[in-house]
Amino acid sequence: MDILTVDQLTKKYGGLTAVDRASFSVHEGEVFGFLGPNGAGKTTTINLLTGLARATSGSARISGFDGVKEIKKAQRIMGIIPDESNLYDEFDGFENLCFCASLYGMRKDDREKKAKELLQQFGLSEAGKKKFGAYSKGMKRKLTIAAGIIHDPEILFLDEPTTGIDVASARQIRLLIQNLNQKGTTIFLTTHYIEEAERLCNRIAFIVGGKIARIGHLDELMSEVQRENVVQLAFSDGVSNLKPSLEESFPDVAVEVLSNQALRLRSFRPLNLTPLMRFFEQRNLPVYEARIMRPSLEEVFVKITGIELEKMKQEKEGKGKQ
Amino acid sequence: MKSWIAFWNILIKDMRNYYLKPPNISWGLVFPVAWTLMFFLKSETAVNVRELLPGVMSLSILFGTTSMLAVTMTFERRSRSFERLLLAPIDLNLLMLAKTSGAILFGMINAFVPVFFASFLTSLSGIRWLSALGAIFLIAVTSTLLGLFIAVSVKEIFEAQTFSNFFRFPMIFLCGLFIPVQGLPLFLQPLSYILPLTYGADILKSSINQNGHLGLPFNFVILLFFATGLFVLSIRNVRRKWIY
Repeated sequence: MDILTVDQLTKKYGGLTAVDRASFSVHEGEVFGFLGPNGAGKTTTINLLTGLARATSGSARISGFDGVKEIKKAQRIMGIIPDESNLYDEFDGFENLCFCASLYGMRKDDREKKAKELLQQFGLSEAGKKKFGAYSKGMKRKLTIAAGIIHDPEILFLDEPTTGIDVASARQIRLLIQNLNQKGTTIFLTTHYIEEAERLCNRIAFIVGGKIARIGHLDELMSEVQRENVVQLAFSDGVSNLKPSLEESFPDVAVEVLSNQALRLRSFRPLNLTPLMRFFEQRNLPVYEARIMRPSLEEVFVKITGIELEKMKQEKEGKGKQ
Repeated sequence: MKSWIAFWNILIKDMRNYYLKPPNISWGLVFPVAWTLMFFLKSETAVNVRELLPGVMSLSILFGTTSMLAVTMTFERRSRSFERLLLAPIDLNLLMLAKTSGAILFGMINAFVPVFFASFLTSLSGIRWLSALGAIFLIAVTSTLLGLFIAVSVKEIFEAQTFSNFFRFPMIFLCGLFIPVQGLPLFLQPLSYILPLTYGADILKSSINQNGHLGLPFNFVILLFFATGLFVLSIRNVRRKWIY
């Protein structure tokens, strides 16, 4: 069942089309990843879905509510975690959580109980008494996530949750996201970290220039670029001269010599390893390792969008430091 | 009921975070004292404190509310904490009511600072407190909404300060606070009548010194009209500019 359905959603700012006829759906209980470079339209899409921006055209339904006319009803079941922590520096962690809970109409006793629980769950019990302004970036992000889930939302929008924070905090946040999802919360996640998307998401949408380039399960996306079967073989020594004889014996196989100890074999047909092993045995070249190579999500992304990931990462890291 | 929990907590949060901070309390105290002293020092004849009271009260409200709301809203917009409020399931009208209520209360408290000081210097007997309170409330409401109008129009805090002065200083001279409207050059008089403070100050003059010239019912109706109009305009501006 879909918790979010987006149909031809478009947002124009003057002559610039930030989101261009985006259509997709998010299934209940899944982690849906939105992957794209800076300025691709990820945050604008979140803003459109959560009521911070108005669509030029198109529609969205969130848990059955119209994304425009019933946005206030829809906001009751949403949790929103922006790309920058936006809690109140003057409040301590506990007060911030209680205030956020009050925005959802939670009574004093309930919000205080929930705030304490969350501080404990997020490892912030001690920091709960400290002013938010004195928190580290990782602690700020964790408290912002806690604030986003204090009212037990059905769907959680996470905008770049691990950008610009230390490795340990990022790891903790990824675990928290997985735990939340296991408890049944649907997650809509934007990220530029390909490995994060690969690790956390059930389905992924690539967005470039405001347009959805591709949507699918990880396996589907990968199979799309995996047209060749690739095997990498490791030897102790002496394989650099084998290319001509190998290609002569196996005409369907393209051979790439990686070093004197490693070969990569490619074929559009399934690679039968038995004759290959025999070939090497006859030449007294035992194979120490045979690894089936699958394309990474990174390769899939680059192939589909034509965008270099390193450049995308650097852009984002630069933004995070500002 | 749930919305009112949010309303109350936003109001308390603003009071704690912004309005009841020592610098703002001191501003509320220093400002009216400075104004009163200025008139004492500049005047060649003995100054009637009670005559000055409506003007100083009005200015205390005007400067307190417009500055505070314009600056705090711009600050919350810059830090993106205002987005948190926009993303909450609260009707925008109620949200803006919560945000402006803090400034209105702050303005009303400011109005009583000069009254407190004046009570040591002159007799306050014969003041019609009910109409004075009504005027204080409506001046606070219209000035706060003016602050909101400024907040919606600027991006930086310094712009909010500059832009508020652009409205406030002409008001001091045009609203009949210290120079009667009838004493202004003819071409400036129409300007006086398009400023809500003119009507608020007139009620205060009637309530404190019985020397207003427009009539209480008329003043109240016009002020209510301004308050409603400014609120509707502000909400429209917020919807248009902040939910983009």
